[in-house]
Amino acid sequence: MLEIKDLRAEVGGKEILKGINLTINSGEIHAVMGPNGAGKSTLSYVLSGRHGYEVTGGSVMYDGQNLLDMDPDVRACSGIFLAFQYPVEIPGVASATFLKTALNAQRKFRGEEELDAMQFLKLVREKTKELDIKDDMLKRAVNVGFSGGEKKRNEVLQMALLEPKLMLLDETDSGLDIDALKVAAEGVNRLRSPERSALIITHYQRLLDYIVPDFVHVLADGKIVKSGDKSLALELEEKGYAEISAA
Amino acid sequence: MAVSQETVEQVASVSEKYKYGFVSDIEADTAPIGLSEDIVRFISAKKDEPEWLLEWRLKAYRYWLEMEEPSWAKVDYPEIDFQDIYYYSAPKQKDKLKSLDEVDPEILEVYKKLGIPLKEQEVLAGVEGAPNVAVDAVFDSVSVATTFRERLEKEGVIFCPISEAVKNHPELVKKYLGSVVPYTDNFYSALNCAVFTDGSFVYIPKGVRCPMELSTYFRINAAQTGQFERTLIIADDESYVSYLEGCTAPMRDENQLHAAVVELVIMDNAEVKYSTVQNWYPGDENGKGGIYNFVTKRAACRGVNSKVSWTQVETGSAITWKYPSCILQGDNSVGEFYSIAITNNLQQADTGTKMIHLGKNTSSTIISKGISAGRAQSTYRGLVRMGRKAENARNHTVCDSLLIGDKCGAHTVPYIENQSRTAKIEHEATTSKISEEQLFYCQQRGLSEEESMALIVNGFCKEVLQKLPMEFAVEAQKLVGISLEGSVG
Ligand SMILES: Nc1ncnc2c1ncn2[C@@H]1O[C@H](COP(=O)(O)OP(=O)(O)O)[C@@H](O)[C@H]1O
Ligand SMILES: [Mg+2]
Repeated sequence: MLEIKDLRAEVGGKEILKGINLTINSGEIHAVMGPNGAGKSTLSYVLSGRHGYEVTGGSVMYDGQNLLDMDPDVRACSGIFLAFQYPVEIPGVASATFLKTALNAQRKFRGEEELDAMQFLKLVREKTKELDIKDDMLKRAVNVGFSGGEKKRNEVLQMALLEPKLMLLDETDSGLDIDALKVAAEGVNRLRSPERSALIITHYQRLLDYIVPDFVHVLADGKIVKSGDKSLALELEEKGYAEISAA
Repeated sequence: MAVSQETVEQVASVSEKYKYGFVSDIEADTAPIGLSEDIVRFISAKKDEPEWLLEWRLKAYRYWLEMEEPSWAKVDYPEIDFQDIYYYSAPKQKDKLKSLDEVDPEILEVYKKLGIPLKEQEVLAGVEGAPNVAVDAVFDSVSVATTFRERLEKEGVIFCPISEAVKNHPELVKKYLGSVVPYTDNFYSALNCAVFTDGSFVYIPKGVRCPMELSTYFRINAAQTGQFERTLIIADDESYVSYLEGCTAPMRDENQLHAAVVELVIMDNAEVKYSTVQNWYPGDENGKGGIYNFVTKRAACRGVNSKVSWTQVETGSAITWKYPSCILQGDNSVGEFYSIAITNNLQQADTGTKMIHLGKNTSSTIISKGISAGRAQSTYRGLVRMGRKAENARNHTVCDSLLIGDKCGAHTVPYIENQSRTAKIEHEATTSKISEEQLFYCQQRGLSEEESMALIVNGFCKEVLQKLPMEFAVEAQKLVGISLEGSVG
């Protein structure tokens, strides 16, 4: 599904990703862990096509296509979803409006009929119920005045509704209490299927108790320095990054 | 009615160029080019006007000759040659129309293309998309159709072309025409008094809540023609009316002048809600062509507890120069001004309001949202004046500007004059840029860059969009998206 080869990228003239190699097959869940400033968010932005994150070398293939050639909205419509580490506020735009506009943009891209207000509300209410989110959030402006936890829940709700093929979660667990963490994990697990994959960026092994990964990678200073199965996450928690990176 | 959640949810997803730019080939009756006393007499004769009105026009014309074009606005344009404009152009018609069925089918076609229902039957038959709105259609210099007149007459509401009101309700017209905006007011209002051709007249009698929205659609079709319409609305004691106006024009390389005057008179406990969606042709991306929109709009809140709300969505025109104002004379009267002004490419807008507080406990609210993109310049200019007798008067102003790109400009010019010791005036202003982060967030969810922009800007304008009547809100939201085309990347 996703094949990253020797990927290099810079931000503001500074090289951040220094040759990343990573292959994610359909149905697999990969966790990426690593110290602050390692380049984890940068990787997620490069994959989703954010302006200013300049690829200077290597390649990324997604479903047999050159991902780096695609516009960010085309990547999104092709099934790549990024749950942001810091979700963005959009004043004056109700969450429901935002979700409906996004869903219909993606449906249109796939040549499907757009949903009308009634159909949409029915669908979104199913999802809020599944994820234990208050409907009241739909009326509020996107992320405006949301608590940290609400913002993350909102990301998970969007993901549940858009049903992406490749989920990128950037520290979705940070700042969540244990109940909220379970809800977030539930969101990913519900979507889990042989056709879908995920790249989960996290600091804590805690999340991985609920979303069990197939592979765990350690990213340090722009490179993957170690890969393994889920036991690597436990090892990391015990020994810390410094020792692992040095090894 | 405020916009429902559902309407708010239906957000701009449209991406099309100025779609009203077509020209229609309709036979017209046109006065010779240029302006003189003879032209003023010609217009007056065409309309079969009484002597007093011709006299008034001539006085205005002579006064105008002595005046100088104003230059204080922050707009820039080549000198207008007032002798190179046609002041009268009317679609040819045989006799007086008896019913809508007699309107030239080609004109009906034009309005159909614009999405404006002139056929009452359609509305009554529940044709999809036909809103329950009475329409006066002004084509170049004259009104060509007014719908639902009988229904309105039953309630005593008068809604007709002003040229007809001059004949059928001379006492009302004589009493109020020019009573809010006299011909001496300013250069363009003087010109308008001399050569106005048509526009709408509304009278809501005592105690009547107008049973439907009233609206006027202005269409400039003929080339090199100025449009000088005049609207007069009188809301008698305890009455209410919501009135909407919309405007479009063909794409032409030349600039065309539109100099309208709108007067509102509001009596005790009466309320007028006046909404505008201004979408005159803005010119092309290099600033060629487009309408010069130089308009004087003013409401006189004469009665106690009277109220006026101006809501405007200004997206069109090469230049907009317009300050819908409120004279708050009656005690406890209320004035509101909600504005969205979008300028793109080389458009210029200098717009705002004047709140003149004269009575006790009068209050006013100003919410202005200015959006500039491309190389456009947008200025908010607003005056709040508290007179000596305006005890406990209050004003609250919020002025937000949003910049898209770094070649455009936004300016805020508030004037505050306070002679009342008990008055309270609050002014807030912000300027922000659309953030790359917000755009990326929307794009990451599947919206194109232009759709993302439209969504974010609609959010920025929400407080004002919510003030529009339903019938206009959805259209206005789409317009926001269309107006910003080509502003990204
Ligand atoms: N816009 C930017 N301009 C300059 N440097 C940046 C920018 N964004 C991130 N960086 C730098 O890139 C490095 C990696 O950041 P990031 O990808 O956010 O790390 P992580 O998510 O692993 O904590 C950090 O040193 C950070 O300071
Ligand atoms: Mg990060």
